[in-house]
Amino acid sequence: MTTSDNPFTTALALIAGMDPVLLGIVALSLQVSLTAVLIASLLALPLGAALALWRFPGRGVIIVTLNALMGLPPVVAGLTVYLLLSRAGPLGQFGLLFTPTAMVIAQVILILPIIAALTRQQIEELHGEYHDQLRSLGVSRPRMMPTLLWDARFSLLTVVLAGFGRASAEVGAVMIVGGNIDGVTRVMTTAIVLETSKGNLPLALGLGLVLLGLVLLVNAVAHLVGETARRRLG
Amino acid sequence: MSQRPSATLALALAALSGAGLSQADDDYIVLASTTSTEASGLFDAIIPRFTEKTGISVRVVAVGTGQAFEIARRGDADSLLVHDTDGEETFVAEGYAAERADVMVNDFVIIGPDGDPAGIADAESVAEAMRRIAEVEAPFASRGDDSGTHRAEQRLWEAAGVEPGGAWYRELGSGMGPTLNTAAGMDAYVISDRATWVAFANPQNLTLLFAGDEALFNQYGSLLIDSARHPHLRHDLAQQWHRWLLSAEGQRAIAEFEMKGQPLFFPNALAD
Repeated sequence: MTTSDNPFTTALALIAGMDPVLLGIVALSLQVSLTAVLIASLLALPLGAALALWRFPGRGVIIVTLNALMGLPPVVAGLTVYLLLSRAGPLGQFGLLFTPTAMVIAQVILILPIIAALTRQQIEELHGEYHDQLRSLGVSRPRMMPTLLWDARFSLLTVVLAGFGRASAEVGAVMIVGGNIDGVTRVMTTAIVLETSKGNLPLALGLGLVLLGLVLLVNAVAHLVGETARRRLG
Repeated sequence: MSQRPSATLALALAALSGAGLSQADDDYIVLASTTSTEASGLFDAIIPRFTEKTGISVRVVAVGTGQAFEIARRGDADSLLVHDTDGEETFVAEGYAAERADVMVNDFVIIGPDGDPAGIADAESVAEAMRRIAEVEAPFASRGDDSGTHRAEQRLWEAAGVEPGGAWYRELGSGMGPTLNTAAGMDAYVISDRATWVAFANPQNLTLLFAGDEALFNQYGSLLIDSARHPHLRHDLAQQWHRWLLSAEGQRAIAEFEMKGQPLFFPNALAD
């Protein structure tokens, strides 16, 4: 990778150079974080909606726990997944430690509480508004779930993007479970840590700018899709 | 009953790894090694040669020596390349490693602010240099992470008859690179392996002040993990790596590696 003393020119040179090593790192970062967001969303959106609609004993405890887990330190999530996936751990037989799959699992654990907790809040507010209407139409709770999730889709898009932001920005978990292996599990954040430890600060910051640009791009695409859909569907 | 959840889990995990996330090539080993070997660029120079010859790729997980031992103990690495001979011998004695061999040496150096407030540059020995730092209580950045370098530093304090402590002695709990970054920020003395220091690009006011004492000798060893305890290990492939490192070819590759025109590691497997 190229270096210069200015992080901005370094970032531009990195992008312009289309360095295959950098492209591989960028592709893996996106692959891992987007997969994690997809899996976490599939689990957390229904979970959050269910928590908003049903009343049952222990519900408060779950909500408080989810809210608290939004602040789960990545390094703790990483260590937990490490101990689970290590050969000496309960899931060691699958040989997943130091693979991108392990990184996806760690990121799912990190962002699932965020998406679930924020979804719960969004759906609960929406449910408050529509409650009487839906009731009078005789809509059952399981039927309300998809309706409300669909109705809240634009705010939920922001919720999912918050999850993506957390996934793509974290380094503590993927460092431990991925091992920052060159060409296998090295992502943008772990590459930044490595270059920092070599004292290549402009290159590290340049990589940081590339990562920021990438996250910006994903958010812009999501925003455009959201806006287009909003205009189409009224 | 107990089979079912694990079968479901296996399916889910298989689906996950099937999603194009795992690498296809099966001929690889996981090598747990130290940050000094990775950060100096040694592996970038020698591993391609090994891979070209054998078709085996080497996945390096670079951590402190203490953590590298722990990774290997849990069966998560096929081979180790670390620098703590005492710890390595214990590791063999405990039955975790089948073999241990000397691979190469470099040396530790004492880095400090170029004003040298403790005046260590003309010290007779490293013990003397360490005592001078402690006497004037000049800021000293310690790795504090149970790495090979940290263990060496503790042995050096002991040999100097100093029990470091107090506000001047700062345990950072970080790798070599981050410790150098921090030391540069607070103009502290710091012990580094020479390779990481030479490759380090952010020295600011820091400069090499003391080197050359025999006590600063830094031996690296290769350990082949015993597969009796962990049958899943890629023992045969790891054995090829271990043998190659010690072979004339591997030793030459190490000798030929240079950073900024200066060789950083000196092979010594063939010496005995």
